[in-house]
Amino acid sequence: MKILVTVKRVVDYSVNINIKADQSGVETANVKMSMNPFDEIAVEEAVRLKEKGIATEIVVVTLGVAQAQETLRTALAMGADRAILVPCDGELQPLGVAKALRAIVDKEKPDLVITGKQAIDADNSQTGVMLAALLGWPQGTFASKLEIADGVATVAREVDGGQETLKIKLPAVITADLRLNEPRYATLPNIMKAKKKPIEEIKPEALGVDLAPHFKTLKVTSPPQRAGGIKVTDVATLIDKLKNEAKVI
Amino acid sequence: MKSLVIAEHDHKALRPATLNAITAATKLGAPISVLVAGFQADGAAQAAAAITGVAEVLHVDDAAYEHFLAENMAPLIAAVAKDFTHVIAPSVSNSKNFMPRVAALLDVAQISDVIAVESADTFVRPIYAGNAIATVQSADAIKVLTVRGTAFNPAPATGGSATITKTAAQPAHASVSFVGQELSQSVRPELTAAKVVVSGGRALGSAENFKTILEPLADKLNAAIGASRAAVDAGYVPNDYQVGQTGKVVAPSLYIAVGISGAIQHLAGMKDSKVIVAINKDPDAPIFQVADYGLVGDLFQIVPELTKAIGD
Repeated sequence: MKILVTVKRVVDYSVNINIKADQSGVETANVKMSMNPFDEIAVEEAVRLKEKGIATEIVVVTLGVAQAQETLRTALAMGADRAILVPCDGELQPLGVAKALRAIVDKEKPDLVITGKQAIDADNSQTGVMLAALLGWPQGTFASKLEIADGVATVAREVDGGQETLKIKLPAVITADLRLNEPRYATLPNIMKAKKKPIEEIKPEALGVDLAPHFKTLKVTSPPQRAGGIKVTDVATLIDKLKNEAKVI
Repeated sequence: MKSLVIAEHDHKALRPATLNAITAATKLGAPISVLVAGFQADGAAQAAAAITGVAEVLHVDDAAYEHFLAENMAPLIAAVAKDFTHVIAPSVSNSKNFMPRVAALLDVAQISDVIAVESADTFVRPIYAGNAIATVQSADAIKVLTVRGTAFNPAPATGGSATITKTAAQPAHASVSFVGQELSQSVRPELTAAKVVVSGGRALGSAENFKTILEPLADKLNAAIGASRAAVDAGYVPNDYQVGQTGKVVAPSLYIAVGISGAIQHLAGMKDSKVIVAINKDPDAPIFQVADYGLVGDLFQIVPELTKAIGD
């Protein structure tokens, strides 16, 4: 079984972001970039399926700037077999990315696609689901447990009230939630080995897809800041404030 | 212009988030239809027809929609959406599952987690866990939106008298089947709709302490119970208690954070609460920067004392 995993290079989760003075977006120059944490979980799940003998090959794909190669190398060091970079310098939006991924799926013919449930930069949580729609495949989103046997995936999904379980026939798209697994750190020998693994470049024109934006970002601003509060010294004062000042109890 | 709101419901009744989505739709000023897709969902359809501001309810009743599977919901919504300019769903786990599928079938973008409607084509949404706010303008003929309940007041649940029109189902997808669900049993208010939320962090130390320390306080305040990621990861409470960037977004009148340090990912889920109280032994914990009232000390002393004092 072949698995395609999608990854995205994003501002590292630990960075306190800065908004550009011209309100055109969030500063990404000279900022630590990493693989989207949910995509790490997606890669890890694929590697575990290979270690269990269920998967035979893991292909990892990204769209983005040339430096996104580093993100692909990270995935290769975690255990992916080979990588595809679709180089794009312009703005990418979920629908365009999903169309490009569909073209990659048509070419690679994986049995399973695993994506992160959302990227922590734009927080859209759309691309994996859009890909499933374009392929006409079933989906198991927000997955917290995945088992595969006889061409069927049993997926436990995180939902508002708790958890639900679906059975879906492969091929399918899975989107990884936080508790699907704990991703491994790449070891030094594996980082060295990953340098020899192939990264193929496929130009967007070769995929024949329309990556044009469907919406325009007019401005990006800071959220309203909460006014600083006070520290109270004891429970009695707290209750008095909640009753008489905030009037919430 | 014509807006279609996708009802979030359990067949018998609407979930509160539907009312917030109706308010978001009213900001567009166009007539509002509500799609109730479910199974034996007359109750939900009638409730939708009673909401102030709703002109029409489209009711589709079929076993294919019993579990709101995205593979079945999306083709239905996409077929109905062709007569509308805006398709709006509350941002909940069901809609996060099917709305991007709807958008892709319509070949349009989705604007996720809208917190303000500026005009018919311009919307405001948080990015980077709410640390930046983007204003975006859609160029699509049909705008597909999910809206954050906490950003819009609920529409009045009564006062309307919309017509209910039965609408045909679409063929079901053959490759997916529902196996079962384990929902957290709780008599408490729904976390995202509660007026008061009491949340616990890793400092609670155990599942037992959530029960013995936090629950009595939540009982006194008729509060929902939430948690930080650390507390969920430690196994103290189920996953669906998590408040934050990847969990639930809440904005109650009163949010009490107990033993939560306040990582930015947690703040993303609660910083729009009206009043925030933080109880933490570390005076430098980031949670105090967003708290209206902070109390530094041992939660195991403070919380029982607080529980006892409330209502005295």
